[in-house]
Amino acid sequence: MDTFILIGITGIGLGALYFLVASGLSLIYGLMGVLNFAHGSFLTVGAFVGYWLATKLGPETSMTDFIFAMIVGGLAAGAFALLMEQLLITRLYERHIDQALVTVGVSLVVGAVLAGWFGNDLRMFPTPLWFLTAINVGGAMIPADRVVYIATAVLLLIGNWILLKYTRIGLVIRAGVENRNMVNALGINVRRAFSTVFFLGGFAAGVGGVLVSVYSNGVSPLIAGSYLIYGFIVVVIGGMGSVPGSFLAAMMIGVIRQFANYYVTGLGDFVVVILLAGVLLIRPQGLLGKVRA
Amino acid sequence: MNALSVKDLHVKINESHILHGVTFEVPTNKVTALLGRNGVGKSTTLRTIMGFYEGSGSVELNGNQILGKQTHKIVQAGVAFVPEDREVFASLTVKENLSLAARGKNNDAAYKAIYDLFPELDTRAAQQAGSLSGGQQQMVAIARALLNKNEILLVDEPTKGLAPKLVTEVADVLAEVAKTTTMLLVEQNLALVKRVAQHVIVMDQGRVVYQGGPENLHNDAWVHQMLGVSGGHK
Repeated sequence: MDTFILIGITGIGLGALYFLVASGLSLIYGLMGVLNFAHGSFLTVGAFVGYWLATKLGPETSMTDFIFAMIVGGLAAGAFALLMEQLLITRLYERHIDQALVTVGVSLVVGAVLAGWFGNDLRMFPTPLWFLTAINVGGAMIPADRVVYIATAVLLLIGNWILLKYTRIGLVIRAGVENRNMVNALGINVRRAFSTVFFLGGFAAGVGGVLVSVYSNGVSPLIAGSYLIYGFIVVVIGGMGSVPGSFLAAMMIGVIRQFANYYVTGLGDFVVVILLAGVLLIRPQGLLGKVRA
Repeated sequence: MNALSVKDLHVKINESHILHGVTFEVPTNKVTALLGRNGVGKSTTLRTIMGFYEGSGSVELNGNQILGKQTHKIVQAGVAFVPEDREVFASLTVKENLSLAARGKNNDAAYKAIYDLFPELDTRAAQQAGSLSGGQQQMVAIARALLNKNEILLVDEPTKGLAPKLVTEVADVLAEVAKTTTMLLVEQNLALVKRVAQHVIVMDQGRVVYQGGPENLHNDAWVHQMLGVSGGHK
């Protein structure tokens, strides 16, 4: 039983990381139709800014220092995402092939610049000592950092829900995901919502970048690769533009992958691809996605 | 005085030349019906005025050029649009659909006027718009357009796909709205057009072929020749 709990909770922790990457990706595609291959670079920028700040805050990183570094990493990634949207994406709306080429280009440039600056070797991300402890849950010793991943993902989900449900910009975003032409036809400049979504997506990815660095035992320009692929899978399974859908899909994938890897070593990725194929066949719009107008 | 003046409007979509120099005027404080067979370019004309399609020529709102402007700026200039197929936001509530459209800071009076016109929207304010009937969705679509002070209201086939009883309800609402609003109405239902329109434009193959009063709508031979339908049945 304790093994079952351990695998389940670590799977949810992994799912939390996927959700942090996927939530912004989902909103950006759902609202703007932008296939953003540079999303991984938001994660990397957030991770490096968080790493830089955490190393400056002192030889021993407290929980406050870590949270501060994580938030600043998220803000830096959000600012980078906003800059990219304003400089590049605004000129490429409705030009999907150009978007793909440009965003792939941005991700390559960011990776090359960071590799030139820091090198490709993993650099240990300073974390509070508490992260190295374990918490007893039903007899299973759960690594403490998993709790931080899960709490961060839940906070982000709640924050997203409040923003989307109770603010004017959230209302515009929800309507825009459904039918952005009609939002314009009500006299609303839907592109302002685009910029907000890019910033929020970048912020979530940046926060995710810091946590992925902890999970991966260090920060490097290469950390985003597999997480971006899983981010896209989560978005497709959860439904384009649905943040709760992304949360549900991320948790499912994290848990299923952990169990598959435990019981049939190395088959985790394969099982996730089978799940993806099944969802595409049975419900192409994703678990909580809607068919667009 | 004309609220809207369209001159020599050409539109190409995916290499197809849809509108060929469309020219017409919409008089202020009157209802103008834009008629024609299916596929002659009526909806394309409305959508080009709204900025959804690029076109060449001229579209002036009260003397100000709006062709080429972004859709949201055209709306802010005073053009309201009720699209074909309603296009309400299905996952939002009725109240959210309306509040999205409201642009003023204090909209209490506008909401009261809307709820006086459509009492059902008040009682269904918390209901998701996607779960409403076609007629109720049409009311939401019209209400969204009426929440703000507009120079002109563009309405695209408001009775399309509605049951006969609902057609009558929507027609009553449009007749009420028409008393105070300049309107450009695309409609296939000639009974409704006869009831509300004071000015008629007929299009054929992307061109305007008639502009004038509605009296010819009572002439079956003319209706059959211009619109390809019998006046008594449509």
